[in-house]
Amino acid sequence: MEDIQLLETIEKYLSGELSDQERAQFDVIRQKSADIDQMVVEHKLFLDQMEAYAKRKNVAHTSQQVFSTLLANGEWAPIEAAAEPTKIIQLWSKYKKIIAIAASFGGFFAIITSIIVMYLSPSLNGSQLLQLSKAVEVIKKNQQAQGHLLNEVKTKVPENAKLISGGSGFLIDTKGYIITNAHVLKGNGAIVINSKGQELNATIIYSDITNDLALLKIEDKDYKQPKTIPYAIRRKISDLGEEIFTLGFPRNDNDIVYGKGYLSAQTGYEGDSSSYQIQISANPGYSGAPIFNSNGELIGVISSRQKLAEGVAFAVKSTEIIDVVNALKGNERTKDIIIKLPKYSSTNRNRKSQLDNLKNFMYSVRSFN
Amino acid sequence: MPEIRINTLKAELNEQALLKGLAQNDSKAVETLYKSHFTMIQHFVENNNGSFDDARDIFQEAMIALYEKVQLDSFVLTCQIKTYLFSICKHLWLKRLHQMGKYSSPLSGQEESISVENDLGLIEKKDAAFAIMDRALNSLGEPCKSLLEGYYLNKKGMQELASQFGYTNADNAKNQKYKCLMRLKKLFFAQYNIGD
Repeated sequence: MEDIQLLETIEKYLSGELSDQERAQFDVIRQKSADIDQMVVEHKLFLDQMEAYAKRKNVAHTSQQVFSTLLANGEWAPIEAAAEPTKIIQLWSKYKKIIAIAASFGGFFAIITSIIVMYLSPSLNGSQLLQLSKAVEVIKKNQQAQGHLLNEVKTKVPENAKLISGGSGFLIDTKGYIITNAHVLKGNGAIVINSKGQELNATIIYSDITNDLALLKIEDKDYKQPKTIPYAIRRKISDLGEEIFTLGFPRNDNDIVYGKGYLSAQTGYEGDSSSYQIQISANPGYSGAPIFNSNGELIGVISSRQKLAEGVAFAVKSTEIIDVVNALKGNERTKDIIIKLPKYSSTNRNRKSQLDNLKNFMYSVRSFN
Repeated sequence: MPEIRINTLKAELNEQALLKGLAQNDSKAVETLYKSHFTMIQHFVENNNGSFDDARDIFQEAMIALYEKVQLDSFVLTCQIKTYLFSICKHLWLKRLHQMGKYSSPLSGQEESISVENDLGLIEKKDAAFAIMDRALNSLGEPCKSLLEGYYLNKKGMQELASQFGYTNADNAKNQKYKCLMRLKKLFFAQYNIGD
Protein backbone atom coordinates (compact mmCIF):
# COMPACT_ATOMS: atom_id res chain seq x y z
CA MET A 1 0.00 0.00 0.00
CA GLU A 2 1.30 3.40 -0.85
CA ASP A 3 1.96 5.74 2.07
CA ILE A 4 -0.63 8.26 1.03
CA GLN A 5 -3.31 5.60 0.72
CA LEU A 6 -2.29 4.05 3.99
CA LEU A 7 -2.70 7.36 5.76
CA GLU A 8 -6.07 7.92 4.15
CA THR A 9 -7.19 4.51 5.38
CA ILE A 10 -5.92 5.23 8.88
CA GLU A 11 -7.85 8.49 8.93
CA LYS A 12 -11.03 6.73 7.79
CA TYR A 13 -10.43 4.00 10.34
CA LEU A 14 -10.05 6.52 13.13
CA SER A 15 -13.06 8.58 12.12
CA GLY A 16 -15.26 5.48 11.80
CA GLU A 17 -15.80 5.85 8.07
CA LEU A 18 -14.76 2.28 7.23
CA SER A 19 -17.40 -0.45 6.79
CA ASP A 20 -17.47 -3.23 9.38
CA GLN A 21 -15.75 -5.59 7.00
CA GLU A 22 -12.99 -3.12 6.10
CA ARG A 23 -12.56 -2.33 9.73
CA ALA A 24 -12.10 -6.00 10.64
CA GLN A 25 -9.56 -6.39 7.85
CA PHE A 26 -7.63 -3.38 9.03
CA ASP A 27 -7.62 -4.66 12.60
CA VAL A 28 -5.93 -7.82 11.33
CA ILE A 29 -3.31 -5.75 9.51
CA ARG A 30 -2.68 -3.75 12.69
CA GLN A 31 -2.14 -6.93 14.68
CA LYS A 32 0.30 -8.30 12.16
CA SER A 33 2.34 -5.18 11.59
CA ALA A 34 3.79 -3.37 14.58
CA ASP A 35 4.81 -0.49 12.28
CA ILE A 36 1.29 0.12 11.08
CA ASP A 37 -0.06 -0.26 14.58
CA GLN A 38 2.38 2.41 15.71
CA MET A 39 1.33 4.69 12.85
CA VAL A 40 -2.31 4.41 13.91
CA VAL A 41 -1.53 5.24 17.53
CA GLU A 42 0.66 8.15 16.55
CA HIS A 43 -1.81 9.53 14.06
CA LYS A 44 -4.66 9.33 16.54
CA LEU A 45 -2.61 11.28 19.06
CA PHE A 46 -1.79 13.85 16.41
CA LEU A 47 -5.39 14.25 15.25
CA ASP A 48 -6.57 14.61 18.85
CA GLN A 49 -4.03 17.39 19.33
CA MET A 50 -5.18 19.10 16.14
CA GLU A 51 -8.77 18.88 17.32
CA ALA A 52 -7.93 20.31 20.74
CA TYR A 53 -5.92 23.06 19.07
CA ALA A 54 -8.77 24.00 16.72
CA LYS A 55 -11.39 24.05 19.44
CA ARG A 56 -9.32 26.14 21.80
CA LYS A 57 -8.45 28.57 19.06
CA ASN A 58 -12.13 29.02 18.29
CA VAL A 59 -12.98 29.62 21.93
CA ALA A 60 -10.20 32.20 22.25
CA HIS A 61 -11.46 33.89 19.09
CA THR A 62 -15.06 33.97 20.31
CA SER A 63 -13.94 35.32 23.65
CA GLN A 64 -12.02 38.18 22.00
CA GLN A 65 -14.89 38.97 19.65
CA VAL A 66 -17.42 39.04 22.46
CA PHE A 67 -15.16 41.27 24.52
CA SER A 68 -14.60 43.73 21.66
CA THR A 69 -18.33 43.92 20.93
CA LEU A 70 -19.23 44.51 24.56
CA LEU A 71 -16.48 47.10 24.85
CA ALA A 72 -17.64 48.89 21.71
CA ASN A 73 -21.20 48.89 23.06
CA GLY A 74 -19.96 50.71 26.12
CA GLU A 75 -20.43 47.85 28.54
CA TRP A 76 -17.39 48.92 30.56
CA ALA A 77 -16.47 52.35 29.21
CA PRO A 78 -12.82 51.96 30.14
CA ILE A 79 -11.29 54.88 28.29
CA GLU A 80 -10.46 57.53 30.77
CA ALA A 81 -10.01 61.11 29.67
CA ALA A 82 -6.38 62.18 29.72
CA ALA A 83 -5.09 64.04 32.73
CA GLU A 84 -6.31 67.57 33.35
CA PRO A 85 -3.67 70.07 32.33
CA THR A 86 -1.80 71.70 35.17
CA LYS A 87 -2.30 75.31 36.10
CA ILE A 88 0.77 76.56 34.32
CA ILE A 89 -0.22 74.78 31.15
CA GLN A 90 -3.69 76.27 31.38
CA LEU A 91 -2.15 79.68 31.72
CA TRP A 92 0.02 78.90 28.76
CA SER A 93 -2.96 77.88 26.62
CA LYS A 94 -4.75 81.03 27.60
CA TYR A 95 -1.94 83.28 26.42
CA LYS A 96 -0.83 81.15 23.52
CA LYS A 97 -2.75 83.17 20.96
CA ILE A 98 -1.48 86.50 22.19
CA ILE A 99 2.07 85.20 22.22
CA ALA A 100 1.72 83.87 18.72
CA ILE A 101 0.59 87.26 17.49
CA ALA A 102 3.38 88.99 19.36
CA ALA A 103 5.89 86.58 17.99
CA SER A 104 4.74 87.05 14.43
CA PHE A 105 5.19 90.80 14.85
CA GLY A 106 8.71 90.07 15.84
CA GLY A 107 9.10 88.33 12.56
CA PHE A 108 10.01 85.00 13.99
CA PHE A 109 7.22 83.09 12.39
CA ALA A 110 7.88 84.65 9.05
CA ILE A 111 11.41 83.37 9.23
CA ILE A 112 10.35 79.97 10.40
CA THR A 113 7.96 79.33 7.56
CA SER A 114 10.52 80.40 5.01
CA ILE A 115 13.30 78.17 6.29
CA ILE A 116 11.73 74.75 6.50
CA VAL A 117 14.86 72.82 5.90
CA MET A 118 14.44 69.12 5.49
CA TYR A 119 16.86 66.58 6.70
CA LEU A 120 18.38 64.09 4.33
CA SER A 121 19.10 60.71 5.73
CA PRO A 122 22.56 59.28 5.24
CA SER A 123 21.29 55.70 5.44
CA LEU A 124 18.62 56.10 2.76
CA ASN A 125 19.07 57.44 -0.69
CA GLY A 126 19.44 61.05 0.34
CA SER A 127 18.73 62.71 -2.96
CA GLN A 128 15.38 61.08 -3.44
CA LEU A 129 13.97 60.53 0.01
CA LEU A 130 13.17 63.18 2.50
CA GLN A 131 12.73 62.17 6.04
CA LEU A 132 9.96 64.04 7.67
CA SER A 133 11.50 65.18 10.92
CA LYS A 134 11.29 68.81 11.73
CA ALA A 135 14.37 70.85 11.10
CA VAL A 136 16.38 72.09 14.03
CA GLU A 137 15.96 75.75 13.26
CA VAL A 138 12.23 75.56 13.24
CA ILE A 139 12.06 74.11 16.68
CA LYS A 140 14.80 76.29 18.07
CA LYS A 141 13.39 79.55 16.83
CA ASN A 142 9.98 78.58 18.02
CA GLN A 143 11.30 77.85 21.45
CA GLN A 144 13.20 81.10 21.68
CA ALA A 145 10.20 83.05 20.51
CA GLN A 146 7.95 81.54 23.09
CA GLY A 147 10.64 81.17 25.71
CA HIS A 148 11.43 84.78 26.49
CA LEU A 149 7.89 85.91 26.19
CA LEU A 150 6.53 83.67 28.86
CA ASN A 151 8.99 82.51 31.44
CA GLU A 152 6.37 80.74 33.54
CA VAL A 153 6.25 77.86 31.09
CA LYS A 154 9.31 76.00 32.22
CA THR A 155 10.56 73.60 29.63
CA LYS A 156 11.79 70.20 30.64
CA VAL A 157 14.62 70.39 28.18
CA PRO A 158 17.75 70.75 30.33
CA GLU A 159 19.46 74.12 30.35
CA ASN A 160 22.19 74.49 27.73
CA ALA A 161 20.76 71.56 25.81
CA LYS A 162 20.38 72.03 22.10
CA LEU A 163 17.29 70.78 20.32
CA ILE A 164 18.42 68.64 17.44
CA SER A 165 15.40 67.03 15.86
CA GLY A 166 11.73 66.30 16.31
CA GLY A 167 8.70 64.46 15.00
CA SER A 168 5.65 62.54 16.14
CA GLY A 169 5.07 59.43 18.22
CA PHE A 170 2.30 57.36 19.79
CA LEU A 171 1.71 55.11 22.78
CA ILE A 172 1.94 51.32 22.42
CA ASP A 173 1.72 50.45 26.10
CA THR A 174 -0.19 52.27 28.83
CA LYS A 175 2.94 52.24 30.99
CA GLY A 176 4.24 55.05 28.77
CA TYR A 177 6.06 53.32 25.93
CA ILE A 178 6.09 55.38 22.74
CA ILE A 179 7.08 54.42 19.22
CA THR A 180 8.64 56.98 16.90
CA ASN A 181 11.17 56.97 14.05
CA ALA A 182 14.84 56.38 14.81
CA HIS A 183 15.73 59.43 12.69
CA VAL A 184 13.50 61.62 14.87
CA LEU A 185 15.90 60.97 17.74
CA LYS A 186 19.17 62.43 16.56
CA GLY A 187 20.15 63.65 20.01
CA ASN A 188 20.94 61.81 23.23
CA GLY A 189 17.91 62.89 25.22
CA ALA A 190 14.23 63.32 24.50
CA ILE A 191 11.06 64.92 25.75
CA VAL A 192 7.54 64.33 24.53
CA ILE A 193 4.62 66.74 24.46
CA ASN A 194 1.04 65.55 24.64
CA SER A 195 -1.80 67.01 22.62
CA LYS A 196 -2.60 69.41 25.46
CA GLY A 197 0.87 70.92 25.31
CA GLN A 198 2.21 69.29 28.46
CA GLU A 199 5.90 68.39 28.34
CA LEU A 200 7.02 65.05 29.77
CA ASN A 201 10.49 63.62 30.28
CA ALA A 202 11.30 60.49 28.31
CA THR A 203 14.20 58.11 27.94
CA ILE A 204 15.33 56.47 24.74
CA ILE A 205 15.05 52.71 25.28
CA TYR A 206 15.86 51.36 21.87
CA SER A 207 16.65 52.64 18.41
CA ASP A 208 16.96 50.69 15.19
CA ILE A 209 18.28 52.69 12.26
CA THR A 210 17.70 49.88 9.74
CA ASN A 211 13.94 49.83 10.03
CA ASP A 212 13.83 53.42 11.31
CA LEU A 213 11.93 52.70 14.51
CA ALA A 214 12.70 53.73 18.07
CA LEU A 215 11.15 53.14 21.45
CA LEU A 216 10.83 55.77 24.17
CA LYS A 217 9.51 55.55 27.67
CA ILE A 218 7.85 58.43 29.46
CA GLU A 219 9.46 58.79 32.84
CA ASP A 220 7.72 61.64 34.49
CA LYS A 221 5.62 61.92 37.62
CA ASP A 222 3.15 64.10 35.73
CA TYR A 223 2.35 61.25 33.34
CA LYS A 224 -1.14 59.86 33.89
CA GLN A 225 -1.46 56.29 32.64
CA PRO A 226 -4.54 55.78 30.47
CA LYS A 227 -6.55 52.65 31.24
CA THR A 228 -6.33 51.28 27.75
CA ILE A 229 -5.12 52.11 24.27
CA PRO A 230 -7.91 52.22 21.68
CA TYR A 231 -6.01 50.80 18.69
CA ALA A 232 -4.66 47.31 18.01
CA ILE A 233 -1.24 46.90 16.38
CA ARG A 234 -2.04 45.01 13.18
CA ARG A 235 -0.12 41.74 12.86
CA LYS A 236 -0.94 41.11 9.22
CA ILE A 237 -0.11 42.94 6.00
CA SER A 238 -2.75 45.44 4.91
CA ASP A 239 -4.53 45.47 1.57
CA LEU A 240 -3.78 47.62 -1.42
CA GLY A 241 -6.10 50.60 -1.71
CA GLU A 242 -7.11 50.48 1.92
CA GLU A 243 -8.28 53.82 3.23
CA ILE A 244 -5.91 55.20 5.86
CA PHE A 245 -5.53 58.20 8.11
CA THR A 246 -2.89 59.66 10.36
CA LEU A 247 -2.48 62.06 13.26
CA GLY A 248 0.77 63.89 13.86
CA PHE A 249 2.49 67.11 14.84
CA PRO A 250 3.91 68.48 11.60
CA ARG A 251 3.60 72.11 12.60
CA ASN A 252 5.78 74.02 14.96
CA ASP A 253 2.87 75.29 17.04
CA ASN A 254 2.36 71.82 18.44
CA ASP A 255 -1.17 71.47 17.16
CA ILE A 256 -2.20 68.01 16.12
CA VAL A 257 -2.99 67.59 12.41
CA TYR A 258 -5.18 64.99 10.74
CA GLY A 259 -4.43 63.57 7.28
CA LYS A 260 -6.26 61.08 5.09
CA GLY A 261 -5.15 58.91 2.18
CA TYR A 262 -4.83 55.37 0.94
CA LEU A 263 -2.33 52.56 0.82
CA SER A 264 -0.79 52.71 -2.65
CA ALA A 265 1.70 49.81 -2.57
CA GLN A 266 2.44 46.92 -0.26
CA THR A 267 6.16 47.59 -0.50
CA GLY A 268 8.12 50.73 0.14
CA TYR A 269 10.97 52.53 -1.60
CA GLU A 270 12.58 50.31 -4.23
CA GLY A 271 10.57 47.28 -3.19
CA ASP A 272 11.46 47.45 0.50
CA SER A 273 9.22 44.77 2.05
CA SER A 274 9.34 46.25 5.55
CA SER A 275 7.35 49.32 4.54
CA TYR A 276 4.28 50.49 2.60
CA GLN A 277 3.93 53.22 0.06
CA ILE A 278 1.10 55.53 0.99
CA GLN A 279 -0.66 58.42 -0.65
CA ILE A 280 -1.03 61.12 1.94
CA SER A 281 0.09 64.68 2.17
CA ALA A 282 2.99 64.22 4.54
CA ASN A 283 4.83 67.20 5.94
CA PRO A 284 8.00 67.39 7.99
CA GLY A 285 7.17 66.46 11.56
CA TYR A 286 4.87 63.66 10.45
CA SER A 287 7.85 61.35 10.94
CA GLY A 288 6.87 58.77 13.54
CA ALA A 289 3.14 59.44 13.18
CA PRO A 290 0.88 56.37 13.15
CA ILE A 291 -1.16 55.20 10.17
CA PHE A 292 -4.59 53.76 10.98
CA ASN A 293 -6.99 51.83 8.75
CA SER A 294 -10.75 52.32 8.77
CA ASN A 295 -11.14 49.62 11.44
CA GLY A 296 -9.05 51.78 13.71
CA GLU A 297 -6.13 49.35 13.64
CA LEU A 298 -2.62 50.73 13.61
CA ILE A 299 -0.99 49.50 10.40
CA GLY A 300 2.21 51.53 10.09
CA VAL A 301 4.45 54.42 11.06
CA ILE A 302 5.17 57.29 8.65
CA SER A 303 8.86 57.58 7.98
CA SER A 304 9.81 59.42 4.80
CA ARG A 305 8.55 60.75 1.50
CA GLN A 306 9.75 60.81 -2.06
CA LYS A 307 11.30 64.09 -3.03
CA LEU A 308 9.80 64.61 -6.43
CA ALA A 309 6.41 62.98 -6.13
CA GLU A 310 4.14 65.12 -4.01
CA GLY A 311 1.88 63.13 -1.69
CA VAL A 312 3.87 59.90 -1.96
CA ALA A 313 5.20 58.80 1.41
CA PHE A 314 6.47 55.63 3.03
CA ALA A 315 5.40 53.99 6.25
CA VAL A 316 7.16 51.29 8.23
CA LYS A 317 4.81 48.30 8.60
CA SER A 318 3.22 47.63 11.99
CA THR A 319 4.74 44.13 11.98
CA GLU A 320 8.12 45.83 12.45
CA ILE A 321 6.86 47.27 15.75
CA ILE A 322 6.30 43.73 16.93
CA ASP A 323 9.87 42.93 15.85
CA VAL A 324 11.16 45.85 17.90
CA VAL A 325 9.30 44.60 20.97
CA ASN A 326 10.70 41.11 20.42
CA ALA A 327 14.20 42.47 19.90
CA LEU A 328 14.18 43.89 23.44
CA LYS A 329 14.44 40.35 24.79
CA GLY A 330 17.79 39.84 23.08
CA ASN A 331 19.51 42.72 24.79
CA GLU A 332 20.91 42.49 28.31
CA ARG A 333 19.87 46.07 29.11
CA THR A 334 16.29 45.74 27.89
CA LYS A 335 15.50 42.07 28.36
CA ASP A 336 13.32 42.60 31.46
CA ILE A 337 11.03 45.11 29.82
CA ILE A 338 7.55 43.73 29.37
CA ILE A 339 5.51 45.46 26.70
CA LYS A 340 1.88 44.53 26.21
CA LEU A 341 0.83 45.63 22.76
CA PRO A 342 -2.81 46.72 22.56
CA LYS A 343 -4.97 44.08 20.90
CA TYR A 344 -8.34 45.71 20.49
CA SER A 345 -9.51 48.66 18.45
CA SER A 346 -12.57 50.62 19.39
CA THR A 347 -14.44 51.02 16.13
CA ASN A 348 -17.94 51.95 17.09
CA ARG A 349 -17.45 55.68 16.66
CA ASN A 350 -17.64 58.29 13.98
CA ARG A 351 -14.34 59.68 12.77
CA LYS A 352 -14.69 62.93 14.70
CA SER A 353 -15.09 61.38 18.12
CA GLN A 354 -12.55 58.71 17.18
CA LEU A 355 -9.93 61.41 16.51
CA ASP A 356 -10.90 63.18 19.68
CA ASN A 357 -10.10 60.01 21.57
CA LEU A 358 -7.00 59.06 19.57
CA LYS A 359 -5.25 62.36 20.09
CA ASN A 360 -4.86 61.54 23.79
CA PHE A 361 -2.40 58.84 22.75
CA MET A 362 -0.32 60.94 20.32
CA TYR A 363 2.82 62.81 21.27
CA SER A 364 5.12 65.34 19.71
CA VAL A 365 8.69 64.12 20.18
CA ARG A 366 11.79 66.30 20.53
CA SER A 367 15.36 65.24 20.84
CA PHE A 368 18.25 67.24 22.26
CA ASN A 369 21.94 67.02 23.03
CA MET B 1 -37.72 27.05 52.40
CA PRO B 2 -38.54 24.94 49.34
CA GLU B 3 -38.48 28.06 47.18
CA ILE B 4 -34.90 28.82 48.15
CA ARG B 5 -33.85 25.29 47.37
CA ILE B 6 -35.45 25.52 43.96
CA ASN B 7 -33.62 28.76 43.31
CA THR B 8 -30.27 27.26 44.25
CA LEU B 9 -30.98 24.32 42.01
CA LYS B 10 -31.87 26.69 39.18
CA ALA B 11 -28.65 28.62 39.67
CA GLU B 12 -26.66 25.41 39.55
CA LEU B 13 -28.37 24.28 36.38
CA ASN B 14 -27.66 27.70 34.91
CA GLU B 15 -23.98 27.41 35.70
CA GLN B 16 -23.86 23.92 34.18
CA ALA B 17 -25.54 25.25 31.05
CA LEU B 18 -23.00 28.09 30.84
CA LEU B 19 -20.08 25.69 31.10
CA LYS B 20 -21.60 23.46 28.46
CA GLY B 21 -22.02 26.53 26.27
CA LEU B 22 -18.39 27.52 26.79
CA ALA B 23 -17.27 23.99 25.87
CA GLN B 24 -19.29 24.25 22.66
CA ASN B 25 -17.96 27.71 21.86
CA ASP B 26 -21.40 29.29 22.17
CA SER B 27 -20.93 33.08 22.04
CA LYS B 28 -24.09 33.69 24.10
CA ALA B 29 -22.56 31.73 27.00
CA VAL B 30 -19.24 33.55 26.61
CA GLU B 31 -21.08 36.88 26.64
CA THR B 32 -22.93 35.97 29.83
CA LEU B 33 -19.65 35.05 31.51
CA TYR B 34 -18.11 38.38 30.54
CA LYS B 35 -21.15 40.36 31.61
CA SER B 36 -21.46 38.66 34.98
CA HIS B 37 -17.82 38.49 36.01
CA PHE B 38 -15.52 40.83 34.13
CA THR B 39 -16.17 43.88 36.31
CA MET B 40 -15.10 41.95 39.38
CA ILE B 41 -11.77 41.06 37.75
CA GLN B 42 -11.35 44.57 36.36
CA HIS B 43 -11.66 46.03 39.86
CA PHE B 44 -9.35 43.45 41.33
CA VAL B 45 -6.59 44.00 38.76
CA GLU B 46 -6.91 47.78 38.68
CA ASN B 47 -6.78 47.95 42.47
CA ASN B 48 -3.63 45.90 42.44
CA ASN B 49 -1.21 47.76 40.21
CA GLY B 50 -2.76 46.73 36.89
CA SER B 51 -4.42 48.44 33.94
CA PHE B 52 -7.66 47.76 32.10
CA ASP B 53 -5.65 45.99 29.40
CA ASP B 54 -4.11 43.73 32.03
CA ALA B 55 -7.56 42.85 33.36
CA ARG B 56 -8.71 42.02 29.85
CA ASP B 57 -5.75 39.73 29.19
CA ILE B 58 -6.00 38.01 32.55
CA PHE B 59 -9.72 37.42 32.09
CA GLN B 60 -9.17 36.04 28.60
CA GLU B 61 -6.56 33.65 29.98
CA ALA B 62 -8.93 32.61 32.76
CA MET B 63 -11.69 31.89 30.22
CA ILE B 64 -9.33 29.60 28.33
CA ALA B 65 -8.33 27.94 31.59
CA LEU B 66 -11.99 27.41 32.47
CA TYR B 67 -12.60 26.00 29.00
CA GLU B 68 -9.66 23.61 29.33
CA LYS B 69 -10.86 22.61 32.78
CA VAL B 70 -14.26 21.67 31.37
CA GLN B 71 -12.44 19.55 28.76
CA LEU B 72 -10.54 17.58 31.41
CA ASP B 73 -11.68 13.98 31.92
CA SER B 74 -11.75 14.54 35.64
CA PHE B 75 -13.91 17.64 35.35
CA VAL B 76 -16.03 18.54 38.36
CA LEU B 77 -16.63 22.12 39.37
CA THR B 78 -16.85 22.14 43.13
CA CYS B 79 -17.57 25.84 43.47
CA GLN B 80 -19.36 28.66 41.69
CA ILE B 81 -17.98 29.85 38.36
CA LYS B 82 -17.47 33.26 39.94
CA THR B 83 -15.22 31.83 42.64
CA TYR B 84 -13.33 29.70 40.15
CA LEU B 85 -12.69 32.56 37.71
CA PHE B 86 -11.61 34.84 40.53
CA SER B 87 -9.21 32.23 41.91
CA ILE B 88 -7.64 31.67 38.49
CA CYS B 89 -7.33 35.40 37.83
CA LYS B 90 -5.84 36.05 41.25
CA HIS B 91 -3.26 33.34 40.69
CA LEU B 92 -2.38 34.55 37.20
CA TRP B 93 -2.17 38.17 38.28
CA LEU B 94 0.08 37.38 41.24
CA LYS B 95 2.34 35.49 38.88
CA ARG B 96 2.38 38.43 36.45
CA LEU B 97 3.15 40.93 39.21
CA HIS B 98 5.94 38.73 40.35
CA GLN B 99 7.42 38.60 36.84
CA MET B 100 7.33 42.37 36.64
CA GLY B 101 9.05 42.59 40.01
CA LYS B 102 6.07 44.51 41.35
CA TYR B 103 4.97 41.94 43.90
CA SER B 104 2.91 43.64 46.55
CA SER B 105 1.12 41.70 49.22
CA PRO B 106 -1.42 41.43 50.56
CA LEU B 107 -3.62 42.02 47.52
CA SER B 108 -6.57 44.26 48.17
CA GLY B 109 -10.19 43.46 47.35
CA GLN B 110 -10.29 39.80 48.19
CA GLU B 111 -13.22 37.70 47.08
CA GLU B 112 -13.64 34.14 48.20
CA SER B 113 -11.07 31.99 46.43
CA ILE B 114 -9.98 28.38 46.24
CA SER B 115 -6.69 26.68 45.48
CA VAL B 116 -6.22 26.22 41.75
CA GLU B 117 -2.61 25.05 41.63
CA ASN B 118 -3.52 21.49 40.65
CA ASP B 119 -5.83 22.58 37.86
CA LEU B 120 -3.34 25.09 36.51
CA GLY B 121 -0.68 22.39 36.47
CA LEU B 122 -2.86 20.24 34.22
CA ILE B 123 -3.85 23.22 32.10
CA GLU B 124 -0.23 24.25 31.63
CA LYS B 125 0.43 20.98 29.82
CA LYS B 126 -2.41 21.80 27.45
CA ASP B 127 -0.98 25.30 27.01
CA ALA B 128 2.33 23.76 26.04
CA ALA B 129 0.75 21.39 23.50
CA PHE B 130 -1.24 24.27 22.04
CA ALA B 131 1.88 26.40 21.71
CA ILE B 132 3.80 23.58 19.99
CA MET B 133 1.01 23.05 17.46
CA ASP B 134 0.76 26.79 16.89
CA ARG B 135 4.48 27.14 16.24
CA ALA B 136 4.53 24.08 14.00
CA LEU B 137 1.61 25.35 11.90
CA ASN B 138 3.05 28.83 11.64
CA SER B 139 6.46 27.66 10.54
CA LEU B 140 4.94 25.59 7.71
CA GLY B 141 4.42 28.54 5.40
CA GLU B 142 1.76 28.93 2.74
CA PRO B 143 -0.13 27.30 1.13
CA CYS B 144 0.56 24.36 3.48
CA LYS B 145 -0.76 26.13 6.56
CA SER B 146 -4.07 27.20 5.03
CA LEU B 147 -4.52 23.89 3.24
CA LEU B 148 -4.18 21.88 6.45
CA GLU B 149 -6.26 24.35 8.44
CA GLY B 150 -8.95 24.13 5.78
CA TYR B 151 -9.02 20.34 5.91
CA TYR B 152 -8.42 19.52 9.56
CA LEU B 153 -9.64 22.58 11.43
CA ASN B 154 -12.43 23.89 9.23
CA LYS B 155 -13.39 20.43 7.95
CA LYS B 156 -13.64 21.44 4.31
CA GLY B 157 -13.81 18.77 1.61
CA MET B 158 -10.87 18.03 -0.72
CA GLN B 159 -12.88 19.16 -3.76
CA GLU B 160 -13.70 22.51 -2.19
CA LEU B 161 -10.09 23.05 -1.12
CA ALA B 162 -8.82 22.13 -4.59
CA SER B 163 -10.90 24.87 -6.19
CA GLN B 164 -10.16 27.36 -3.40
CA PHE B 165 -6.41 26.96 -3.81
CA GLY B 166 -6.52 26.57 -7.60
CA TYR B 167 -5.44 22.93 -7.92
CA THR B 168 -6.66 21.35 -11.14
CA ASN B 169 -8.21 18.40 -9.33
CA ALA B 170 -8.86 16.97 -5.88
CA ASP B 171 -6.15 14.32 -6.25
CA ASN B 172 -3.42 16.91 -6.70
CA ALA B 173 -4.71 18.80 -3.70
CA LYS B 174 -4.74 15.57 -1.71
CA ASN B 175 -1.14 14.86 -2.67
CA GLN B 176 -0.11 18.32 -1.60
CA LYS B 177 -2.05 18.01 1.64
CA TYR B 178 -0.28 14.72 2.36
CA LYS B 179 3.16 16.29 1.91
CA CYS B 180 2.20 19.23 4.10
CA LEU B 181 0.80 16.92 6.77
CA MET B 182 4.04 14.93 6.91
CA ARG B 183 5.99 18.13 7.41
CA LEU B 184 3.62 19.32 10.11
CA LYS B 185 3.76 16.02 11.98
CA LYS B 186 7.53 16.07 11.86
CA LEU B 187 7.64 19.60 13.25
CA PHE B 188 5.07 18.79 15.90
CA PHE B 189 6.59 15.55 17.18
CA ALA B 190 10.06 17.06 17.24
CA GLN B 191 8.88 19.08 20.24
CA TYR B 192 6.01 17.12 21.66
CA ASN B 193 6.89 14.47 24.24
CA ILE B 194 4.43 11.60 24.37
CA GLY B 195 5.75 10.51 27.74
CA ASP B 196 4.67 13.71 29.42
